[in-house]
Amino acid sequence: MPAAVVPVVRIQAGDFDVAGEIARLTGSRADIGAVVTFSGLCRDEAGRLSALELEHYPGMAEAEIARIAGEATERWPLQGLTVIHRHGKVRPGENIVLVVAASAHRQAAFEAANFLMDYLKSRAPFWKKEHHGDGSEGGWVEAKESDDKAASRWKAPPQE
Amino acid sequence: MSTRLIYFAWVRERIGKPEEDVELPDGIETVADLLRWLKSRGEEYEHALQYPDVIRVAINQEHVEHREKISGAREIALFPPMTGG
Repeated sequence: MPAAVVPVVRIQAGDFDVAGEIARLTGSRADIGAVVTFSGLCRDEAGRLSALELEHYPGMAEAEIARIAGEATERWPLQGLTVIHRHGKVRPGENIVLVVAASAHRQAAFEAANFLMDYLKSRAPFWKKEHHGDGSEGGWVEAKESDDKAASRWKAPPQE
Repeated sequence: MSTRLIYFAWVRERIGKPEEDVELPDGIETVADLLRWLKSRGEEYEHALQYPDVIRVAINQEHVEHREKISGAREIALFPPMTGG
């Protein structure tokens, strides 16, 4: 069995280039048959929001995402995996998070990307604060029970 | 031995500081004990930790349950449920 890939994990204030990140995984090799990317963007909530401010726990954010990504590479036969999460102020329309999963066949890449996002939502130490369009400071975004449920469905090993 | 406590999001805002070093009194063995003790330290802590069940905790940058022992912890972080992604 080939060695599991080492995921690329980056926590950064600046934006990322989706096409560039795909090319980084697929360039100079010809054995990848499927690439699934998920990009999470900041919504304006019908004009109510001017920005989201993402607070994070430096050190643990990287470590926790690396743990989740490592689990994905053990669970699915991936040939590449990149996870990038931004922190700081992000405006509506801008990127927040990126997952790129590459594999020989599509199923592994789809499932791994889905798994990564479900776990990021409930276990990666980031918190979103809303900033309103009228300049006032909004509240902290509340965690959704549905996100916890989404993560818990991966606890049972995949059924045949 | 002092322990570094780190707070995030509305826990940080309500307590009014991002971190502090504390000397834990004897008898504080678990995360739940720590939360109960902190809550008694003043109004701001009472406000932040009013509903201890919702507070998430990490010891040395790993998630733990409230029943976890805290002996040997260098760094304990308290924060609300996460909303990343």
